[in-house]
Amino acid sequence: MAYFEYQNIFTQVQVQGPPEMGMDNENRMARERTKGASFSTLLGWFGNAQLGPIYLGWAGVVSLATGTLWLNIVGLNMLAQVDWSIPEFIRQLFWLALEPPGPEYGLSIPPLNDGGWYIISSFFLLVSVMTWWLRVYLLAVEHKMGKHIAWAFLSAIWLFLVLGLFRPIFMGSWSEAVPYGIFPHLDWTTAFSIRYGNLYYNPFHCLSIVFLYGSVLLFAMHGATILAVSRFGGDRELEQIYDRGTASERAALFWRWTMGFNATMEGIHRWAWWFAVLTPITGGIGILLTGTVVDNWFLWAVEHNFAPEYLEPYGYEAYGTYEGFLGRETGQ
Amino acid sequence: MSIRPKWFDQWNKDNPTSVRGLAILIAVMGSAVILAVVIIGLGNPAQTSSMQTGPRGTAMYVPEFDVSLRRGDMTVADFYTDEPFVPERGEELAGDIYQNVQVLGGLTDANFNRLMNAMTQWVAPDQGCAYCHGDVALEEYGEDNLYTKVVARRMIEMTQSINENWDVHVNANAQVGVTCYTCHRGQNVPDNIWFRISPVNSAMAGWSANQNRVTMTSNFTSLPSDYLETYLLDFERIAVHDLAPRVENLPGDPLIQQTERTYAFMNYISNSLGVNCTFCHNSRAFYDGAQVTPQWATASLGIQMVQELNADYLVPLADVYPPERLGPVYGDPPLAACRTCHQGYQRPMEGLNVIHNWPELATTSGDYDYSAFEQ
Repeated sequence: MAYFEYQNIFTQVQVQGPPEMGMDNENRMARERTKGASFSTLLGWFGNAQLGPIYLGWAGVVSLATGTLWLNIVGLNMLAQVDWSIPEFIRQLFWLALEPPGPEYGLSIPPLNDGGWYIISSFFLLVSVMTWWLRVYLLAVEHKMGKHIAWAFLSAIWLFLVLGLFRPIFMGSWSEAVPYGIFPHLDWTTAFSIRYGNLYYNPFHCLSIVFLYGSVLLFAMHGATILAVSRFGGDRELEQIYDRGTASERAALFWRWTMGFNATMEGIHRWAWWFAVLTPITGGIGILLTGTVVDNWFLWAVEHNFAPEYLEPYGYEAYGTYEGFLGRETGQ
Repeated sequence: MSIRPKWFDQWNKDNPTSVRGLAILIAVMGSAVILAVVIIGLGNPAQTSSMQTGPRGTAMYVPEFDVSLRRGDMTVADFYTDEPFVPERGEELAGDIYQNVQVLGGLTDANFNRLMNAMTQWVAPDQGCAYCHGDVALEEYGEDNLYTKVVARRMIEMTQSINENWDVHVNANAQVGVTCYTCHRGQNVPDNIWFRISPVNSAMAGWSANQNRVTMTSNFTSLPSDYLETYLLDFERIAVHDLAPRVENLPGDPLIQQTERTYAFMNYISNSLGVNCTFCHNSRAFYDGAQVTPQWATASLGIQMVQELNADYLVPLADVYPPERLGPVYGDPPLAACRTCHQGYQRPMEGLNVIHNWPELATTSGDYDYSAFEQ
């Protein structure tokens, strides 16, 4: 086998045949499932080639409906801001936003055109996200699965709720919430860090970054390890958990001989789950403390003796001249 | 007679294969390889130089493309300048010779005409004297019929005031001064003036209405477009931080909104000077006066300077301008800020000393210092 046949970015095996419509059970879970299914070779390159059926359920229907309402309220507000001009809407799309109310309104309901629509749309987004979470939970119940996916999703929802609900309430103003817009939410993020004396010195921000980058590293290590032993059946991870084969042995030995320690076929998934889940949990704690408990993170770091002091001078005069920078220094 | 075996030609005929896709792929990859070899061999065409502005380890430096540094400010070469004529005792003054000379009456005839000529070169090289005086006989040059002349007189006073009273900002590094050309650069109306444009969004009010649009004023960001009037006309305080780890938050304390507006203003200053945040600040603690460069103080004085120039000179000219010189939204007079002079350089005109030859523009006192030119 040539190397490029297994070192490939696409899935190498696709199965296409009669669609797998899934089982029914005593909860009649098939009742809320769509009836059709199709196959896509393109999808098969990335995952399962079968598309559908999809389970909606009452929670899914509510979530999609309220989510669509949120998206439309945001989009129509943006469209109103450019006088209902579609070309301007497309041109300015990344700049436009539905902003939270101004600080003068506190936690009261503001006029529609000064944050009112933001509050209404946020309510629908809240319902949408929470019912989607419920759908994830209920689907796991139907499948008699553990609830790991739901709890992991809830950790992301925690960060979302801190940003848009808990922290604004603690701060006493909806104006503390994040705008719905591409560039505007990035501006908010930068301004948030600057306002509170540099989030770089917030230890929970540090932890969140550790878990985020750690997740990336673990994902790469695990993905690479499994692909590397898939020629020995390593991609059948679940079987390898209870019936360890040569794939597991080789993967384990590789890492043990590389760094002395190795995860197991089961344990690596616990590592991944906790790193992923702790990213938004720690991040959310860091956000919630900002402006409520700590108002200037740099000075907090100075107070706790971990902001380094620099003794060299400030200003370019100490290091060179403007003429030298321009490349026009004379008389040297 | 082909030397290829018959089965080979037959197979090719039976299995026609397009090589176009492969050819394109090879061409693209081949070009990429050649480009990479050229860049590695000849060097990156976009070389940069850096100016260190703070302690090592703080990432404080201003980078710039070498091509930009080499090219420099193209308008500097077009600066017209001319040494003054040292007045002799008893020489007749412009105020005695000409009618209605309100500001420059103390100049000798030669220096008066020298400055008048320079002003046409700096501000109206195409229209010449007629831009302010009209297409009239010399005897009628004393009349104030055109708005351009009324504005020009006030601008001369402003230039004198900047050179005399804002020495701390303008000559912070070395004597450079300002002339009409520092802003005008050979144009009737300087490029980098500003007008009020907020609110920029339709159908919105308050905080939602003044931001999130691509405008020249917002420097193409989604930050607020109302920062210039807020800080330069309304004198709102530029301070967004708490100066202790934990403080009691009081009503009226700066919030994320003030931070975004400040950010918009600081971004404007950076763009105006062709620098970044770390030209003035250690970005780990923007507010900390112990971690700023000397340029921070110069910039702070510059902010106060444009506040004064706008309030004392530019806003009061509102009634003098014709409609086409007024702002597109509010019909407000054109105003100045950092970019009006700096035009992308940390020192306007790259630090060229423009005032040396023009003692007439260096003081409001009428007592011009020609000592540098005496034999």
